[in-house]
Amino acid sequence: MHSARLDRLGLRFLALAYLAVILVGPLAIVFWRTFEHGLAPAWNALSQPDTIHAFKLTLIITAIAVPVNTVFGIVCALAIVRRSFPGKGLLNAFIDLPLALSPVVVGLSLFLLYGRQGWFGGWLDDHGIQVLFALPAMVIATIFVSLPFVAREVVPTLREIGDEQEQAAYTLGAGGWQTFWRITLPSIRWAVIYGVILTTARCLGEYGAVAVVSGRLQGQTETATLRVQERYESYDFAGAYAISIVLATLAILVLVALTVLRPKEGTS
Amino acid sequence: MVIVGLPLAALMWKATSDGTQSFWDAATSPEAIAALKLTLATAVLVALLNAVLGTVTAWVLVRDNFHGKAVVNAIIDLPFALPTIVAGLTILALYGPRSPVGIDVTYTRTAIVLAMMFVTLPFVVRTVQPVLEELEVEVEEAARSLGAGPLTTFRRVIFPNIFPGILSGMALAFAKAVGEFGALVIITGNLPFKTEVASVYIFSRIESGDSTAAAAVAVELLLISFAALLSIGAIRHLATRHERA
Amino acid sequence: MSILIRNISKRFGDFVALDDVSLEVDGGSLTALLGPSGSGKSTLLRIIAGLEIPDSGEIVLSGRDATALAPQKRNVGFVFQHYAPFKHMTVRENVAFGLKVRKRPKAEIAQRVEELLNLVQLQGFGHRYPAQLSGGQRQRMALARALAPEPQVLLLDEPFGALDARVRAELREWLMHLHDVVNVTTVFVTHDREEAMEVSDQIAVMNRGALEQVGAPRALYDEPATDFVMRFVGDANEVAGVLVRPHDLDLLPEPADDALEAMIVKATFLGRDVKVDLHGSDGSEVIAVLTRDRYEALGLWRGQTVWIRPERDRAFA
Repeated sequence: MHSARLDRLGLRFLALAYLAVILVGPLAIVFWRTFEHGLAPAWNALSQPDTIHAFKLTLIITAIAVPVNTVFGIVCALAIVRRSFPGKGLLNAFIDLPLALSPVVVGLSLFLLYGRQGWFGGWLDDHGIQVLFALPAMVIATIFVSLPFVAREVVPTLREIGDEQEQAAYTLGAGGWQTFWRITLPSIRWAVIYGVILTTARCLGEYGAVAVVSGRLQGQTETATLRVQERYESYDFAGAYAISIVLATLAILVLVALTVLRPKEGTS
Repeated sequence: MVIVGLPLAALMWKATSDGTQSFWDAATSPEAIAALKLTLATAVLVALLNAVLGTVTAWVLVRDNFHGKAVVNAIIDLPFALPTIVAGLTILALYGPRSPVGIDVTYTRTAIVLAMMFVTLPFVVRTVQPVLEELEVEVEEAARSLGAGPLTTFRRVIFPNIFPGILSGMALAFAKAVGEFGALVIITGNLPFKTEVASVYIFSRIESGDSTAAAAVAVELLLISFAALLSIGAIRHLATRHERA
Repeated sequence: MSILIRNISKRFGDFVALDDVSLEVDGGSLTALLGPSGSGKSTLLRIIAGLEIPDSGEIVLSGRDATALAPQKRNVGFVFQHYAPFKHMTVRENVAFGLKVRKRPKAEIAQRVEELLNLVQLQGFGHRYPAQLSGGQRQRMALARALAPEPQVLLLDEPFGALDARVRAELREWLMHLHDVVNVTTVFVTHDREEAMEVSDQIAVMNRGALEQVGAPRALYDEPATDFVMRFVGDANEVAGVLVRPHDLDLLPEPADDALEAMIVKATFLGRDVKVDLHGSDGSEVIAVLTRDRYEALGLWRGQTVWIRPERDRAFA
């Protein structure tokens, strides 16, 4: 039908235009602007010691936060799906909470907890432990915001698989730990990997919460994302764009990985 | 539990620790109210825009076929993966001071809307897509064969099925937009009463050392989110009555 | 190798799954737990395996009290209705699992796995994944896996329930053959009476969490202890307050004492037998089965009125 075809083309155009205006266009421009004057300016910008430090810091935080959240996510998922206990619903809700909170609010609550006048502040001060405006707070903030991903991916998969394989393993003589390593973990591996990728992306990209708790001290507590803003506000646009490109490229790699893994994660 | 529960508890405590009067003052200061109003208005607008455009996009992805569709499908998730600050920067690149197309929205409210749209792009699309995929083409064809035109088919057959999905997506988009910080901090210029959103206001209060005010407005923001999510949940509950025995 | 079940009770919330069940299973025997859904048979099986803990009672395996023993320590093989294959492992790895977990030497494991694959006729399938096998093949793999660590007891939970009729019949034969060869004490759960009758040495009939009767198939059929067993283990009619088997009904052309007047509604030829549907004068529907010879000798026809009476020593009151 003639009009049906026009309708379809019209919708397609609308959708593609929407994506172009909001998403693709701006991104393309960023790539263009970065390399507008060749590779050199971008490279220079990236080789500044403070920028390199910023990347390092981001990687360190991510390297800590991701394993922590992975273990936590798997443990929580197992608890939620395989056990019943009072407060289970609450645990479930808590896990989802970081997704709904504004990063600034997250940062603020941590600030209130670990700051000098905060609940833990006094005790920490007395023991000479610095949490706020230093690595520990940034790690905690990042862990907080990237908490849900592994758990949310693993829970439905665990539910779907059921626990019969584990029961079979018990009757065959496998202990709890053996069963976990040989049976449970392999059966959820794609969900875990998918969740880990999402967690990593979130950690790399975190801005708001870390901005609040870090104090943004250049060369000390600045992550890559914080550095982008700092460079921009110092009118070093080349620098800001260059760092953004690196982060954007990482994001695209993440996307590719997710796209490739999604069918595996779905069927498991 | 420790990681999530404690900080929130601390937040609540701090918000009210200096007494109700101080809380109220901070919560209702003109700048705070302006920020909250702005945030609310733009987030609602963005949620609605997402509902429409997101559904269209989901539709095209499920029912249409063209070269490169797989790539388009993959791109949708980009805002999930991209750092928010970079999102703000990219919007700025195209629609900022050195825009190649001559549009400059820096320091305007349009910028807020654009940035929020960027970060919430995937939500409605991804909640509607699976529903559309499940909805067999045959159901639509049955409607057509019974004499319904495309618009009627959409209205009476397709829409009721995807409505809950749209609502879920809107809820997620709203929650994200209302709390968005990184994408807005550069592009909006954060002009109080003009382009300052709630999250930025909270941030500025923290930096000035007025954590009570920050906490007060944070609580208000939480309440707004909570209320919005509850109402969307209620609408969703009503809309899916027919699916429950 | 023997199993002693003593006064086992188990509830799930308000639901009584097992109520004071006691049973003895001799070493080397093949026992069926037969009953409808919800009768508690699967629960009992799982308690024997240690996958459920009873509320009260004891399980004694080969003289040792195993009631509180973890499944890992009981040395029982368990075969699930849906096979519970380790999907991420090959057939060979599945079968080897019990041995790997016990840290047996590699050579021993390899040899035993080959032996078992041959036994269950899956030789050549070792490298495949469960998803690549048919239902019947998966079940045979599950059996091989359960048998690999040489369990003292083999438990099967509706092992053929998920398979189609033909495969089910084949596997039944095959299980009996296997039992002859391996001779391990076997208990299996089924709701299919033919299966229980054909395969097992003794049947324990269960209903609503209680044991109705235990005995050899023939004893259950010929001397049912309760109404329920009579109906469950074979077809039964209720004629004049008494339960009778279709084979045990006499059709008389003339009135007689204790005989019910009935009209022949339909006669179906089933090869050697004839199934006669009758409508009794008291409103009941009765089914009688006669040999063809008998039917023709009586000269019966549709619509005829006859008098039916249980052959005296075969009724259950």
